[in-house]
Amino acid sequence: MWIFDKTARRRHHDGHKGDGLPSRHDTAVESQRSGSREIKVVRRVLDANDMLAARNRELFAAKGIFTLNLMSSPGSGKTTLLEKSLARLMPDLRCAVIVGDICTTQDADRLAASGAPVVQINTDAFGGECHLAAHVIEKALTGINLDAVDLLIVENIGNLVCPAEFDIGEDRRVVVLSVTEGEDKPAKYPLMFRECDALLLNKIDLLPYLDYDTAKTLISIEQIHPGMPVFQLSAKSGEGLEDWLAWIRAQINAKKKAPSS
Amino acid sequence: MHEMGIAMEILDIVQASIPADMADVRVQRVNLKVGRLSAVIPDSLRFCFGVAADKTAAAGAALVIEEIDVAARCNDCHHEWTVETPVFLCPACNSGNTEMLSGRELEIVSIEIAEEEPPHVDL
Ligand SMILES: Nc1nc2c(ncn2[C@@H]2O[C@H](COP(=O)(O)OP(=O)(O)OP(=O)(O)O)[C@@H](O)[C@H]2O)c(=O)[nH]1
Ligand SMILES: [Mg+2]
Ligand SMILES: [Zn+2]
Repeated sequence: MWIFDKTARRRHHDGHKGDGLPSRHDTAVESQRSGSREIKVVRRVLDANDMLAARNRELFAAKGIFTLNLMSSPGSGKTTLLEKSLARLMPDLRCAVIVGDICTTQDADRLAASGAPVVQINTDAFGGECHLAAHVIEKALTGINLDAVDLLIVENIGNLVCPAEFDIGEDRRVVVLSVTEGEDKPAKYPLMFRECDALLLNKIDLLPYLDYDTAKTLISIEQIHPGMPVFQLSAKSGEGLEDWLAWIRAQINAKKKAPSS
Repeated sequence: MHEMGIAMEILDIVQASIPADMADVRVQRVNLKVGRLSAVIPDSLRFCFGVAADKTAAAGAALVIEEIDVAARCNDCHHEWTVETPVFLCPACNSGNTEMLSGRELEIVSIEIAEEEPPHVDL
């Protein structure tokens, strides 16, 4: 059972309360000392991104779209997982995908086979960025008929650090970790595992061939992000996929029921 | 890895924070707060900012970074502590019902602008 907290998802919910930070152009001269003059600014550095993310979030709410931001290190299985998930979700949910990649359109081609509209973002064109920012998503949205979408999934750039810092307006963030990456990844990249709402532990079909200790990962997750749901699955064999898909459906239904304010 | 993008955001905010009546000023210092759990490496941010600020009003400005500890609070026993390793279970009662109080900051606190030489008054 999962509870959908009705407050709109916003990044930096952690240690970053809806503080009353002043917005743009709210500067004032604070003090004068010899030789220099200090001007108070007090602005979040990612204010511009956060504002665009909020705009995306409003658009999703207005269109009744539930948005997932899928993140992981390169090759943990995001695209494979999406291919399998879309095949099972598409019959009753209208899905669309935005996929970020530093170059190539291979992921987009694989995902387009599902029949879902897919927009590929090559961040090369944006300076080889290591993450998708809110303005990039906003631009990608113009390539999708939003009136015909219930679930939008964003496959972020393969990277366990940078995407954690950038809100794109999503409802939920999900991190994929494959068992071949080692048990220590949550402890090495705590921000990502704290910022996400669920963990997909992928490639469990390989466990018989590895020394991977699943219990260690679960203990580590419980320390870094107590209570975060963990789904152990194999995108390849399909094992464990049902629980993850049920979670998505539960989240979507909860958002629909939550009073939109 | 995204420090250049962050440096450019900082530069935008710095430039927008210079009062309109103070054209042609030189920014000497930019004071920042960076939480220890933010995905920013201070040294590489300083380097990127130096590159980004070249030929602007903030060229040569020092990026002064105050690193903020990760602090958490237990919602069950109300214990508050500084998180040294990424473990968010309450050290007092082992509850997982905890929340972060600080450590995710990435904020510009203020900028410092070089004062023009006061006009010299001959008596
Ligand atoms: N054995 C096994 N292999 C998998 C599984 N999921 C994905 N793979 C393989 O892992 C490799 C990478 O998978 P992708 O789906 O491309 O990974 P990705 O996260 O989308 O990669 P990037 O987009 O490049 O970051 C491919 O060779 C997949 O076939 C799984 O559950 N089990
Ligand atoms: Mg992929
Ligand atoms: Zn406690």
